[in-house]
Amino acid sequence: MFVSKIKRLLTAVVGFVLLFSVGGASADYVLNLRQGVTPISHDAYDLHMFVFKICVSIAVVVFGAMFISILKHRKSKGAVPAQFHESTTVEIIWTVVPFLILIAMAIPATKALVVAEKPGQPDLEIKVTGYQWKWGYEYLGENVSFISALSTPTAQIYNKQPKGPNYLLEVDHPLVVPVHKRVRMMITAGDVIHSWWVPDLGMKKDAIPGYINEMWFNIEKEGTYRGQCAELCGKDHGFMPIVVIAKNEADYRKWLAEQKSKKAADSASADRDWSMDELKTRGKKVFASNCAACHQASGMGVPGVFPALKGSSVATGPKIAHINTVLHGRPGTAMSAFAKQLNDIDLAAVITYERNAWGNNTGDLVQPSEIKAAR
Amino acid sequence: MSTATTHDAHHEEHPKGLLRWVFTTNHKDIGTLYLIFALTMFFIGGAMAMVIRAELFQPGLQFVNPQFFNSMTTMHALIMVFGAVMPAFVGLANWLIPMMIGAPDMALPRMNNWSFWILPFAGTMLIGTLFMQGGAPAGGWTMYPPLVLQTGNAFPFLIFSVHLLGISSIMGAINIIVTIMNMRAPGMTMMKMPLFVWTWLITAYLLIAVMPVLAGAVTMLLTDRFFGTSFFNAAGGGDPVLFQHIFWFFGHPEVYIMILPAFGIVSAIIPTFARKRLFGYSSMVYATASIAFLSFLVWAHHMFTVGMPLTGELFFMYATMLIAVPTGVKVFNWVATMWKGSMTFETPMLFSIAFVMLFTIGGFSGLMMSMAPVDFQYHDTYFIVAHFHYVLVPGAVFAIFAAVYYWLPKWTGNMYDEKLGKLHFWLSTIFVNVLFFPQHFLGLAGMPRRIPDYSTQFAGFNEISSIGGFAFGLTQLLFLYILIKTVRGGSKATDQVWEGAEGLEWTLSSPPPYHSFTVAPEVK
Repeated sequence: MFVSKIKRLLTAVVGFVLLFSVGGASADYVLNLRQGVTPISHDAYDLHMFVFKICVSIAVVVFGAMFISILKHRKSKGAVPAQFHESTTVEIIWTVVPFLILIAMAIPATKALVVAEKPGQPDLEIKVTGYQWKWGYEYLGENVSFISALSTPTAQIYNKQPKGPNYLLEVDHPLVVPVHKRVRMMITAGDVIHSWWVPDLGMKKDAIPGYINEMWFNIEKEGTYRGQCAELCGKDHGFMPIVVIAKNEADYRKWLAEQKSKKAADSASADRDWSMDELKTRGKKVFASNCAACHQASGMGVPGVFPALKGSSVATGPKIAHINTVLHGRPGTAMSAFAKQLNDIDLAAVITYERNAWGNNTGDLVQPSEIKAAR
Repeated sequence: MSTATTHDAHHEEHPKGLLRWVFTTNHKDIGTLYLIFALTMFFIGGAMAMVIRAELFQPGLQFVNPQFFNSMTTMHALIMVFGAVMPAFVGLANWLIPMMIGAPDMALPRMNNWSFWILPFAGTMLIGTLFMQGGAPAGGWTMYPPLVLQTGNAFPFLIFSVHLLGISSIMGAINIIVTIMNMRAPGMTMMKMPLFVWTWLITAYLLIAVMPVLAGAVTMLLTDRFFGTSFFNAAGGGDPVLFQHIFWFFGHPEVYIMILPAFGIVSAIIPTFARKRLFGYSSMVYATASIAFLSFLVWAHHMFTVGMPLTGELFFMYATMLIAVPTGVKVFNWVATMWKGSMTFETPMLFSIAFVMLFTIGGFSGLMMSMAPVDFQYHDTYFIVAHFHYVLVPGAVFAIFAAVYYWLPKWTGNMYDEKLGKLHFWLSTIFVNVLFFPQHFLGLAGMPRRIPDYSTQFAGFNEISSIGGFAFGLTQLLFLYILIKTVRGGSKATDQVWEGAEGLEWTLSSPPPYHSFTVAPEVK
């Protein structure tokens, strides 16, 4: 065990030295920036390598001089100190030369930045909304929208099950986009600041309440790309991944059509009356992915931070107050407004579940139509 | 012995015991208090870092819950910045500036006492938030709204302790400026001041310029939470990004507040052990001033991803790159000072050389992230964590270690144990790299910062980093042992202590008299 750790340590040290001769060791030890799958990410990678090489060259010269000095100019070797202590010429040289190097860096950096920030005509627009702790996606003009949350089971996080290959980087509803299309992301947030980042797409943008930030990408290769929220957003900041699946145009169209028909089916069934069992079963799932992070699966909350629902005055009091709390949230707290995040059925289901779980035996049934009326 | 010591018995009528420390107005006593406070906070903040590294040792949640983890990262940063590094530098300034400029004491001794004694209360209040309902602040040391407004009962205490720490810093800075401007020995012109005095003078101006800005920002948070204002609340017509602009207008100069005095320390130590005058003294002064000036123009490079217009990004990118020029000049000057010197490698010199090298590595990664299009990738990842720890730990903290080893014989009259000092150096230097170097790779591979758990691809380097962290933490207990041992005894130090040491402080006895210079020395 210990030997293997030392070996890993050595791998790291040697790895750094070999960084640019080999270009990355085993899969567990990624050493360098990803090249990514968009033009922006390639620009970033090239710039990164360019500046890295400049830094290494400067380091070789400066540290080289320092080490020669340390080896040769030591008292134990009988070195006698020289008397020089200033030189205007030298000072001018080592002010001007770095300045010229900076200009050489600034030119490609400016070019890459202009490309990254250039507004272009998008083929597809998606609105992204960051919530504590999940992402909402809305395909503008397509009437398709959904919430995307972590799908890694809690048992894996608490080490009760072996961790899967995409541990913490998997979601229930991934974002699907076509390849070779310019996709414009309109990014905002519903509660606190988040940041939408998929390393392979080469860009991150903060999701800020009250702002709509823009970024774009044009994916060159079909595949699944994973990322995470990059701005501290509270307790479960580490647990709100992003998964983007890039499909070819035909597959993307097929996926979009499926989403639309699912949505149509949902809105048709929103008008009928639902039974207690149906609502509770569905509500339990909705609760697990939207509410359990704070209020806990046990309904006990976290004392002092997140209130318990078990036996709470809201969950056992009048229905309409409960519905309004879930719809509109509690401003100034972590309780967000779910009116825009969930549809009528899911809201009815989760409220019914909360009023009848953990010994909250109100027996109340909340129908989707009641949510519609309360909106 | 100098004439000053013969007068000691007469002058040293100060209270004994505990009250001496409560009421003291003496720059050395207050300097000692600052340094002890900083060391205590260094260990408390360090213990929090150990919790962080323990949780990150392996993927999955093992020891703490995510909320507490966030409290740890937040408190670790606040305590290290405001409790350890800044007070340590103020402590060094208190001890050294009067001795370096030939003054008997600081100019404003009673304010000096006050500015220190605020600190333990502010620190205790900050640490006390750990036991409050809702837990300690967990929104990051940057306190970004709206997240920070979700803090529990700790919120007003966080704001109040930041206010107190700021007041203490501002008073300390005023004292330092007044002392340097008014109490220099005859003949010590500005351009004859030791660089430590110069860097602290500039740092003190930075403090006065930016601490009130921070106070303003947190006061706006306070009124947003309790008095119905909407400075940062988008729903009320405010702007969450405004806070970031104000915070980083404080925050970037703050970074230099934590490194400029370190430059001064290294500029004192390298010439001593190279037995050669500092190369390019005046260019060092101008470089320090340029860095300080530029520090006010680069704040938004901390915010490249907030959605700034292209022109804004270009301005902050160019301005940030410019800082590399004066910083480079400093590094070149240190190397030129060593060049053709006659070097010996006692512990202070070892820490200074490690400082030059490892700080420069932190500078390189800083240069890389000045480029906005690549910073979109680096931002908020472990690459950033690696960068600022390289400039703060083997940067600022190593410089403080170097200073303590360098001047401790002067302060106590006893030499420290050179063998143990070197052991402390080698262990610290090896493990600080094991700790922070792999974090570069983690960041490049895509691991965001401030997360309590990570995907399995990041497991290997996190494990290495944690091992380095524990070893680095343990090594610092050795430092504590060396300090105690030296204070309690050891071989007697001469007045000059180091063969190549130059400057007024070395003309005093070791330990120096209670009032440094009762008669102003003449500087030629």
